[in-house]
Amino acid sequence: MLSIKNLHASIEDKQILRGLDLEVKAGEVHAIMGPNGSGKSTLSYVLAGKDDYEVTEGSATLDGQDLFAMEPDERAAAGLFLAFQYPLEIPGVATMTFLKTALNAQRRARGEAELPTPQFMKLVREKADSLSISTEMLKRGLNVGFSGGEKKRNEVLQMALLEPKLCVLDETDSGLDIDALRIVSQGVNALRAQNRSFVVITHYQRLLDHIVPDVVHVMAKGRIVRTGGAELAHELEARGYADYLEEAA
Amino acid sequence: MPAVQETVARVRSIDVDQYKYGFVTEIESDRAEKGLTEDTVRFISAKKEEPEWMLQWRLDAYRRWRTMTEPTWARVDYPPIDYEELYYYSAPKSFVAPKTLDDVDPELLRTYEKLGIPLREQEVLAGVEQRRVAVDAVFDSVSVATTFKAELARAGVIFCPISEAIREHPELVKKYLGSVVPTSDNFFATLNSAVFSDGSFVYIPKGVRCPMELSTYFRINERNTGQFERTLIIADEGSYVSYLEGCTAPMRDENQLHAAVVELVALDDAEIKYSTVQNWYPGDAEGKGGIYNFVTKRGDCRGKNSKISWTQVETGSAITWKYPSCILRGDGSRGEFYSIAISNGRQQVDSGTKMIHLGRNTTSKIISKGISAGRSNNTYRGLVSAHRKATNARNFTNCDSLLIGDKCGAHTVPYLEAKTSTAVFEHEATTSKISEDQKFYCQQRGLSEEEAVALIVNGFVKDVLQQLPMEFAVEAQKLISISLEGSVG
Repeated sequence: MLSIKNLHASIEDKQILRGLDLEVKAGEVHAIMGPNGSGKSTLSYVLAGKDDYEVTEGSATLDGQDLFAMEPDERAAAGLFLAFQYPLEIPGVATMTFLKTALNAQRRARGEAELPTPQFMKLVREKADSLSISTEMLKRGLNVGFSGGEKKRNEVLQMALLEPKLCVLDETDSGLDIDALRIVSQGVNALRAQNRSFVVITHYQRLLDHIVPDVVHVMAKGRIVRTGGAELAHELEARGYADYLEEAA
Repeated sequence: MPAVQETVARVRSIDVDQYKYGFVTEIESDRAEKGLTEDTVRFISAKKEEPEWMLQWRLDAYRRWRTMTEPTWARVDYPPIDYEELYYYSAPKSFVAPKTLDDVDPELLRTYEKLGIPLREQEVLAGVEQRRVAVDAVFDSVSVATTFKAELARAGVIFCPISEAIREHPELVKKYLGSVVPTSDNFFATLNSAVFSDGSFVYIPKGVRCPMELSTYFRINERNTGQFERTLIIADEGSYVSYLEGCTAPMRDENQLHAAVVELVALDDAEIKYSTVQNWYPGDAEGKGGIYNFVTKRGDCRGKNSKISWTQVETGSAITWKYPSCILRGDGSRGEFYSIAISNGRQQVDSGTKMIHLGRNTTSKIISKGISAGRSNNTYRGLVSAHRKATNARNFTNCDSLLIGDKCGAHTVPYLEAKTSTAVFEHEATTSKISEDQKFYCQQRGLSEEEAVALIVNGFVKDVLQQLPMEFAVEAQKLISISLEGSVG
């Protein structure tokens, strides 16, 4: 599904990723943990194609397609979804309008017909209900005045609607209370499927109690320094990242 | 938001310098000699078969104009206009007062078709869900055909070319023409008073709610011909009218001067809603060509509890100089101004409004959304004033600017004058930029960069779009996206 080889990337000439390798197979959930400044968020932005980041070496493919040869919107249409740590606000654009515009843009890019409005509305209603998102919320400006929990639920709603192949969750647990964490995790778990993979970026073990990963990676200084099973997360929780930082240095 | 998608598809299909409405209709014109003299004024007046009083009115304006100088206070920059090098009157030559639409030059009808004007009454009536719109089509200087006249007449509404009103309803024209924008008002208004070619006249009798939206499409079609439209709308006591004005113009190399005057009069308890979508040719990517749009629009809330509301979507013209204003004379009267002004390329916009509170308990509201892209400059200039006797005057102003890119400018110049301590004026203003993060977020969800900008901008202007009548709002939304073409990347 996702294959990253020897990835080097920098921002404003500052090297952040230094030879990162990652293989994620279809249907797998990989967690990436690591201390602040290890390059976790950079990895998510580089995969999604944010402007300020420059790939200096290495490759990344999604089902064999070269991600770095595509514009951000083309990567989205190819099945890459990034759940933002800080979802952006767009005043005056109703959430419902945004969802419809995004879905139809992707469908067009894939050569599919646009979804007729009644079908679209029905689809959104179903998905929104399962995430406890009210109709009123869908009418509000995108993420405008949303609480932290509402924003993250809205990210998961978009994920559910757009049905991506690969979901990258960038610190989705940050700013969530226990209840919100549960709703968001249930939403993500409901999307787990044979043909869909997840890369879950997080600081804490907490999220991984809800979204149980198949593989856990430890990232430090722009590389993966250790890989293990779900138990690795618990080990990290107990011991901290200090050892790995020394190792990487 | 299907309009956005459609727009983007259309934008892609347009070459950079290919203005959508940039076609020229080949019809012979009958026009006045180049330059402006008393003879030009007499020629125009004679062409219109005007009575002597009208000619004198024009001549008075002409003589005054000769003593005036062009204003320079607006934040716009253009080479001096040589008024002796312009033509001041042009009428399509094939025009011989058509009795029915079948007599109208087919070439002209095809032009209307390209513009999408529902000129044929039956076409409009055929659309079951389509709201009825009466169109007084102004093709260059002569109103060619007026539809729906019969039904409007049954309601007692007069909706006709102003040249016809001068002949048929002289008492109304004499009473109201120049009563809101006097012939001495300003350089461009005075010029218009001397040489105005045609425009619309509307009279809504007492207590009548106009049964349909009234609409005029303007189109400049003669090379080097200044357009001097004159519109006069009178809403008598307790009446209501909604008037729509939309403009498109063909591609030009030379700049074209457009100096229109619009006067609105609302008597006791009357309401006038005036909506504009302005899409004159803005010039090419280097700023060559394009319309100079120097317009004087003013409404007089003359009666108590009267209301005048201006809504404008300004996307075209090389230079826009325009301040639709309200004089709140009647006690309890209300003025509103909703504006979207978009500038791209090398366009220059200096636009805003004036709310002059004279009566007691008068209220006004200003919502202005300026969007600058490319290398354009966009200025909001507004005056809110309360006279000594305007007790309890209230104004709310919200003035937002959005910048796209880093080579454009947004400027806000509000003037506030309160001569009564009971006045309450509120002013809110913001300036923001479309952030790279917002664009990236949209793109990550599958929108192209152009679609992302269009979506964000449409969100920014939503409050104003909602004020437009339905059929205009859809058109305006498309226009907004088209006019931002080339603003990204």
